[in-house]
Amino acid sequence: MSSNGVMIDLRGITRIYDMGAVQVEALRGINLEITGNEYVAIMGPSGSGKSTLMNLIGCLDTPTAGSYRLDGQDVSRLEGDDLAKIRNQRIGFVFQTFNLLPRADALRNVELPLVYAGIALKERRARALEALERVRLADRADHRPNQLSGGQRQRVAVARALVTRPSIILADEPTGNLDSKTGEDILGLFEELHRDGNTIVLVTHEATVAERAGRIVRIVDGLVA
Amino acid sequence: MSGLLETLRLATTALLANKLRATLTTTGVVIGVTTVMAISAVIAGLDRSFSEQIEGIGSSVLYIQKYPWIPNAEWWSLRNRRNLGWREHDAVAQQARSVEAVAPMISQQIRVVHRDRWLDGVAVTGTNEQYRLVYGADPEDGRFLMPADLHYRKSNCVVGSKVADELFEGRDPLGERVKIAGLHYRVIGVLPEQGEILGFDMDSQVFIPIGAFARHFGSRRSIDIAVKVSSTDRLDDARDELTGILRRVRRVPPDEEDDFSINEQSLLTNLYRSLTAALYTTATVVGGISLLVGGIGIMNIMTVAVTERVKEIGIRKAVGARRSHILGQFLSESIVVSGVGGLLGVALGFIAAWGLDSATPLHPVVTVGGVALGLGFSAAVGVIFGVYPAARAAALNPVDALAQGSDT
Repeated sequence: MSSNGVMIDLRGITRIYDMGAVQVEALRGINLEITGNEYVAIMGPSGSGKSTLMNLIGCLDTPTAGSYRLDGQDVSRLEGDDLAKIRNQRIGFVFQTFNLLPRADALRNVELPLVYAGIALKERRARALEALERVRLADRADHRPNQLSGGQRQRVAVARALVTRPSIILADEPTGNLDSKTGEDILGLFEELHRDGNTIVLVTHEATVAERAGRIVRIVDGLVA
Repeated sequence: MSGLLETLRLATTALLANKLRATLTTTGVVIGVTTVMAISAVIAGLDRSFSEQIEGIGSSVLYIQKYPWIPNAEWWSLRNRRNLGWREHDAVAQQARSVEAVAPMISQQIRVVHRDRWLDGVAVTGTNEQYRLVYGADPEDGRFLMPADLHYRKSNCVVGSKVADELFEGRDPLGERVKIAGLHYRVIGVLPEQGEILGFDMDSQVFIPIGAFARHFGSRRSIDIAVKVSSTDRLDDARDELTGILRRVRRVPPDEEDDFSINEQSLLTNLYRSLTAALYTTATVVGGISLLVGGIGIMNIMTVAVTERVKEIGIRKAVGARRSHILGQFLSESIVVSGVGGLLGVALGFIAAWGLDSATPLHPVVTVGGVALGLGFSAAVGVIFGVYPAARAAALNPVDALAQGSDT
């Protein structure tokens, strides 16, 4: 992981949704650079295109035009399994709705990305436990999501994002489903991770949340404002 | 290996989340596999009892007879055939090079008496010493007919085990006399028990020298000539040679068909196969349909499972699952259902075969092939009917999948 070079390099990114009769231009030419170990908040009202941007940065989707270099690799033309591999190795997702597997306990949720990375069971378990320790939830390793509080669930999700030692941690409204005190805990956790050397991209529409980041990028009508 | 176990564990966990549904789906497969196995066991049982029945005919024995076992011509074209007699027998015995033994045979069903005991419907056969070589009919006591018995038309006889048991009740029959149609014959040999061939009791027989038979019952009947060929590979050659010899000795013009028949075991086997082919096809189709129903059940449950778990698929894809991972996950669930169903079906198949064995005249035989068929079919059903839902799951777009479903 190069911690000081350009980690995310977006140039002339557009994303057009083909809705049959109409075409919707969600992103209209985004240029954005994020360096290693930066903590950036992407802000914008709903409908601004920030979710589309997040999907592109997270390699869940690909741009209609433009180039995206992630940690030096052009990922804008990759598809299917190649994108899955990038997500697995380079991206750690934290979602607003946690997105944990309900039938798996915390440990199994955290080790899931390592399963798809093909890591052997023993190492997988050790690293998942390590990640749970990092978010101070090692004592809840055998709890299922419905046995955990909202804040705990989000910490499990953060541990899952960390476990592959990704290039970036991409958080989409991570405090959106939490009360303010728990949300504060999670934001504190992100700050710790940032101090540890992680690159964090946080998508939000809340100014108070965005202000915690080192830099705020505002998106308005599909463009960087 | 640990990866496979992990996959199976995951599949089982997912299935157990909805026990009733999994149970019902598995039941469909169980019924299919049990049906297939029971049918194949019944078929194998029929085949075995048939081949046991005709074993005694001898796979390397040709029967030169006046009429075919399975007539393929109009009856009137056979009606005027001339009898087979010593001329034919002697020609075959002297000229045929492809044969090991030649036995003439004429039979009559008649009562056989010893003192105050008798047995009705005994097949009394006039033959010669070669009969022993053709059929491997080695007496367990005494000896078979020998050339001297034939030459002097001695009133000696060899009896089947049932004749010995019924008439002599455990006493040694050797040297005793039996009365056949008023004439006495001395017992010189007792054959071991042989069972039945297609309903004919091989143990209710008496063999006497063919000359004595002719003197006793008249010599105007056609004789059968049983010919032992050295191996089954040489049956075709032997049949050709015998046909040539017989046509020559019977002076059949070149443009006319044979006026005799050469019968063999395989005629019966072929007849059996053609009679049972339709039965087998029907049975296979029935088994196939029940597996198809089981397969549709699997496809149904898996389609529902995929629809219900779109969100889960989205999560898995977000953290890096490739198409093959998702495909494998759902496919392994359908294979677990069909595999468990297959194993239970095989177990039930054994029970069904046992039940049929004790409750019906059928004697089903569970073969390795039958078990493999049941398991193979069920695995195939799991794969074939699991592929479509699994492929649908694998093809889901992660953004859309994540946007769906309930929050967790």
